[in-house]
Amino acid sequence: MTHYLILRVIAKLMVGPIMLFALYVQFHGDFGPGGGFQAGVIFAAALILYGLVFDLTALRRFASLELLCSVMALGWLLYVGVGFATMLLGGRFLDYDFLAADPVAGQHIGILLIELGVGITVAATMLIIFEVYAGRKIATEGEDDA
Amino acid sequence: MLAFLLATAVMIIRMRNLFAVVMLTGAFSLLTAGLFITLDAVDVAFTEAAVGAGITTVLFLGTLSLTTSREKPATHLPTLPLAVVLITGAALVYGTMDLPGFGDPAAAPHQYVMPEYVSGTETQIGLPNIVTAVLASYRGFDTLGEVGVIFTAGVGVLLLLNGGLGGRARRNGGEGAAPPVSAPTDKRKGPDRA
Repeated sequence: MTHYLILRVIAKLMVGPIMLFALYVQFHGDFGPGGGFQAGVIFAAALILYGLVFDLTALRRFASLELLCSVMALGWLLYVGVGFATMLLGGRFLDYDFLAADPVAGQHIGILLIELGVGITVAATMLIIFEVYAGRKIATEGEDDA
Repeated sequence: MLAFLLATAVMIIRMRNLFAVVMLTGAFSLLTAGLFITLDAVDVAFTEAAVGAGITTVLFLGTLSLTTSREKPATHLPTLPLAVVLITGAALVYGTMDLPGFGDPAAAPHQYVMPEYVSGTETQIGLPNIVTAVLASYRGFDTLGEVGVIFTAGVGVLLLLNGGLGGRARRNGGEGAAPPVSAPTDKRKGPDRA
């Protein structure tokens, strides 16, 4: 799809704002609708748009499957890590009250961190599923040529 | 809104062109999201719009590009499936009769822990969005499990479609999607190569 000029220009213009919106949904989820799940999907959608309009290889240049695997695990580890951090600080698993001196502030920090973990894992997983599906197509086409 | 949903569903069933069906499925999700908004469930609507109308459509299109975009004509009469669907549907409709009225404050789900969550969100967590407070704090352990499910889905797709976590990923990953010339034979066999 590399020769459709309008698509390429519009897509390039859209990717940035979509990512920005994803970050807004991510960090504003405590106050409005949204949160890690939605933000992760929107962030992945921005990169999937890039991968659809430009090439999958262009997407994989900065979001390779190995990197995404690590990032996917990292998000979940961040979530579990917050849980263990609260245990180390004297609370129960995922008891955010102990993350700061003030329980309410601790809750804010905890929710922010675990939502970030959710967002990271969701975005990476969506990208992995997309890349694997789309990459399979390229692989099958390639072997027809061979 | 429900009439639109019904019309879309009927069209999805009638169509043979799978490309149009995928587009209609996306429209169906978008309509469902609108329905959720009218029920004041903005967070659910948001998820439905992003996942149902967005990502799922892309994944369906990816699958279509791997397979074919025409549905095969049915080879047998759908009597048994129709009967199953009708009976299940009737059972579900019968089940809704026992449901409490929409927004009924005396309903069982609103009695158990909900009052504590609603009042506690303001004092214990200090967030205006109760959905986030319940999801991330009160039911944080459940959400951890949900993220685990998504993580598992990613790993599963990698294992099934990519020939292992390190297999094809390593060969196809960084240096572009050029297929490895060294192993052309094992790639023709289809799903069993994983």
